Amino acid sequence: MTDYNFAYLDEQTKRMIRRAILKGLAIPGYQVPFASREMPMPYGWGTGGVQVSAAVMTPEDTFKVIDQGADDTTNAVSIRKFFEKTARIATTERTSEATVIQTRHRIPEEPLRAGQILVYQVPIPEPLRFLEPSEVETRKMHALEEYGLMHVKLYEDISRHGHISTAYAYPVKVEGRYVMDPSPIPKFDNPKLEMEAIQLFGAGREQRIYALPPHCRVVSLDFEDHPFDPSKADHPCGLCGAEDSYLDEVIMDDAGGRMFVCSDTDFCRDRREAGHRGAMAAGTEAPA
Amino acid sequence: MKDFRVAERPLLQVEGLSKFYGTRIGCEGVSFDLWPGEVMGIVGESGSGKTTLLNCLAGHQAPDAGRVIFDCEYGPQDTVTMSEPARRRLSRTDWAFVHQHAHEGLRMNVSAGGNVGERLMAVGARHYGDIRGRALDWLERVEIPGDRIDDRPSAFSGGMRQRLQIARNLVTGPRLVFMDEPTGGLDVSVQARLLDLLRGLVREMGLSAIVVTHDLAVVRLLADRLMVMKDGHVVEQGLTDQVLDDPQHGYTQLLVSSVLQV
Repeated sequence: MTDYNFAYLDEQTKRMIRRAILKGLAIPGYQVPFASREMPMPYGWGTGGVQVSAAVMTPEDTFKVIDQGADDTTNAVSIRKFFEKTARIATTERTSEATVIQTRHRIPEEPLRAGQILVYQVPIPEPLRFLEPSEVETRKMHALEEYGLMHVKLYEDISRHGHISTAYAYPVKVEGRYVMDPSPIPKFDNPKLEMEAIQLFGAGREQRIYALPPHCRVVSLDFEDHPFDPSKADHPCGLCGAEDSYLDEVIMDDAGGRMFVCSDTDFCRDRREAGHRGAMAAGTEAPA
Repeated sequence: MKDFRVAERPLLQVEGLSKFYGTRIGCEGVSFDLWPGEVMGIVGESGSGKTTLLNCLAGHQAPDAGRVIFDCEYGPQDTVTMSEPARRRLSRTDWAFVHQHAHEGLRMNVSAGGNVGERLMAVGARHYGDIRGRALDWLERVEIPGDRIDDRPSAFSGGMRQRLQIARNLVTGPRLVFMDEPTGGLDVSVQARLLDLLRGLVREMGLSAIVVTHDLAVVRLLADRLMVMKDGHVVEQGLTDQVLDDPQHGYTQLLVSSVLQV
């Protein structure tokens, strides 16, 4: 027996959050305000994502949490434990086995399927925030579809760096209507935003929820002569040899030694279990 | 060059425009027509309602009474009652607004090129090369060296900022420009250069403009027609030279005689 209500939040709060989620799904990309609750964790650690996960979770779900692609970092471990304790829910590290996946800053490499829900932790939901400081004005700009300013940011990138240097939280236009911040995922993940699974975005401190229904059209903003480029580090994974996954650069020593490894730890382990080996995998054993 | 063919109808018709701040009068019962290619000056002392009038005309403030009819592409429209999206579209296509303080009209943390390009991108330009080309062209027209295109306005002098603001406003080829004290706060030689530039652009592009100022020299140089305001009312209007050389109203006489002669 646990003293917590299922998944920590009380039922009325979950209903309120579900209403916001449904509204978000009905208007893809629109930021729905919701009465974000105080959670037993600091703002910036995924309070929005946790509330959304709690609202969509059922006792039959299998839950997975990733932080920058990894299942074993502090944030991921503690959120997983939180729901193990408050919801007694099954958890997994395998993307294919999970029905609800909470993520910070990555989309899993393995394509998600219908029936799965991907929940993002969002620090700043407003893509226009650093261009237009007034929230009143940015809401009006969304309402009237005045998005020229978003391109001013991309223009500034090109004029300063010769190319669009925005590498994460790359702005997208949803269903030809709302410009949306896809949360700080690398722009490498942007093309994956058009997927079979439901995607929900929760920003706890900013009290906003937005959503992408399955197969939603999501276009990354760009210029005709500087098209969107979902770039990644030009290396294979050092452990599993994958050439098509997003890589983390790991510093090995203070003499310039480094290696590139998949940021999606589950994807990398799957590949190694299937017998793939990268150039630096010698001596490392695939975890059981 | 200015097109001297007679236009069919005025570009802007203002009828009985009034704005009150509680019981105080901002401006009251202002009516005038502005024809295509015409530059209208509004002079008066501080607190006479010039800026209130300009803000009401440009849609920044909602007037309490009166009509502001602008000759849109699809015929004359009352901009006071038109929908907000339509009015905002006007203000980034057919209208331009030059603020007294350049930092109010510029994005200070965006490069000069980005500032000029913003209006282009707001109306749908999506080709970086074209946008940059037009920004360079406009910087040249307002006498800002092309190699400053990637500098932020915070690195510009006051005069350059004001010229950048003008470039940013005129890049989409507006038909009506509102100017609020465009030369305020600049020293005299910079003022002279700016006025020269403005006069050239107005003549070359056939712009209509409404210029609010307390500086009679500015209207003498720029404006075809002049409106003198006092305490929220228009006390005298007519051709600029006529009003300045032969002022009829007591207040206008005072205003004209107050100008320091060097």
